[in-house]
Amino acid sequence: MSAPAMNTPSGGIIAVGQGPDRHFKYVILLPAVFILLFIGIFPLVYTLIASVQNITMLEEDTSFHGLIHYRHLFEDARLWESIGHTLLITGIALPIELGLGLLMALLFLEKLPGRPVFVALLVLPTLIAPVVAGATWRLLFDHRYGPINQVLGWIAGEPVPILWVINPAYVYPAIFIAEIWQWTPFMFLLLLAALSNVDKSQTEAAEIDGASTLTVFRRIILPAIWPVMAIALLIRGLDLIRIFDVVWALTQGGPGTMTETLSIYTYIQGFRQFETSYTGAIAFMVIVALTVVVIWLLRRMEVHR
Amino acid sequence: MKRRRRHSTALRFAAAVLLLVVFLFPIYWLFMIAFKTPEEIFSSPPTWYPASIQFDNFRGLFKSGDAKTVFNSLFIAGTSTLIAMFLGTIAAYSLARFRTGGENLAVWIISQRMIPPIAIVFPLFLLYVWLGWVDTYHGLILLYTAFNLPYVIWMMRGYIEDVPLELEESALVDGCTRWGALLKVVFPMVRNGLFATAVFTFVFAWNDFIFALVMTRSEVTTYPVQVTHYFGAQSNFWAKIAAMSVLGAAPVFLAVAFLQRYLVRGISLGAVKG
Repeated sequence: MSAPAMNTPSGGIIAVGQGPDRHFKYVILLPAVFILLFIGIFPLVYTLIASVQNITMLEEDTSFHGLIHYRHLFEDARLWESIGHTLLITGIALPIELGLGLLMALLFLEKLPGRPVFVALLVLPTLIAPVVAGATWRLLFDHRYGPINQVLGWIAGEPVPILWVINPAYVYPAIFIAEIWQWTPFMFLLLLAALSNVDKSQTEAAEIDGASTLTVFRRIILPAIWPVMAIALLIRGLDLIRIFDVVWALTQGGPGTMTETLSIYTYIQGFRQFETSYTGAIAFMVIVALTVVVIWLLRRMEVHR
Repeated sequence: MKRRRRHSTALRFAAAVLLLVVFLFPIYWLFMIAFKTPEEIFSSPPTWYPASIQFDNFRGLFKSGDAKTVFNSLFIAGTSTLIAMFLGTIAAYSLARFRTGGENLAVWIISQRMIPPIAIVFPLFLLYVWLGWVDTYHGLILLYTAFNLPYVIWMMRGYIEDVPLELEESALVDGCTRWGALLKVVFPMVRNGLFATAVFTFVFAWNDFIFALVMTRSEVTTYPVQVTHYFGAQSNFWAKIAAMSVLGAAPVFLAVAFLQRYLVRGISLGAVKG
């Protein structure tokens, strides 16, 4: 092949040709953008329109009703409780997943016999469908035929009859356990990769200079793995904000509305109560709020290259 | 010193084994129930392994026709993956090589991936009702294609940027068309990335629950929805839950077993090149 003769600007950009080639870059981009508008713009526009009308199960009133549904958002205690539940699950599960994942990554950082096999097997929970993970834990937590009460019974020395997903005192721990079990391996895998890339000579030099393990971790390792940690927290945080599957499989939001998350509440409003306009208002607020937060975070963290 | 090190390796190995037991036990339990007889499943206290391996639970799924949901999942996830991979990769090429739309477009695209599905699936459901697309293959395929495109574009942009420009340039100089350079030079160069991204795209669609829950009724039900159909207030069809879950989980385990090298990059949205 001949040597490259085309003069290209730096940064991997090919000069745009003349003639029929001119539109090539748009031709190949447009089909994807067109489909993305279908999920990116249509829902936004539709929920905005529906939310200022008054469409319920009983009537289809498409006249303009102003912001009544948005006002209702602030008075709807069940909505705010569902947001509280979502934040509770996020606030508990995310730090534990991060901490456990980090400890596991540190455990596997140095050479260990059979390490690739361990890592490959440990990641399996993350690959299961979340709804299947929820179903699995429901079988494990069963008070009569599940192994968890059985094992607890061995430890306690007497039968343990905990009704895990029914008893209000145990329903959140059950959700945390299932959620943390499934996603700690995700954190582990990403942090292990990040830790493996930390420059060994720097940490060794610091240790020779007499720095404590904690100082080395805080001053050298943590800054080095922070970019990966941040993206892992972002991905998992946003997953947790929209948590639906695992809670649905375990409790369907129950007992009562005790474990109803924002996604579950929205689902019930839209598909059980058929409050179209009100659901539109919730969905619109969620789309707008999260798009703003996500774009702000992505730009701040400079994950884009 | 050396002795201490050997000591700590043994301790770490023991901790690793313990972790493995804890994390794999639920999966073991799920798979084991799929091979148990009903009497074994509903014995209290529970037994920890079946007396003999038998496939009646799986046979039951095929006999009742419920196993069709696995084929629905396969067809829908497979087709949407092919479409998303093709359209996403050519779009990624535009972003990577021509900087079309700049960083703003790229960030907007990936942000679309992070919106809660429930917020977009509600208006889309009403649209689908109006179009008559609820419970159709093409309806769900379009939805998964759209949902996965941001991931494909974002990942493939990274893989394409790793390919040196010179190859395309010399192809263009040699008289290759733009399409020719893209399809015959770039696609083969990123084939590993294509393959890895396709597998993760497939897994996302394969494992999805909420879109399928909303958009299917009976004709195109996917396997995760079918699993939840077995939850009853009184009697749980445990054998069916477990067998169906195994049918859904096993292919993913197998697919990713071949992909260890790309696993980290795939699930970190390309942030870690692994």
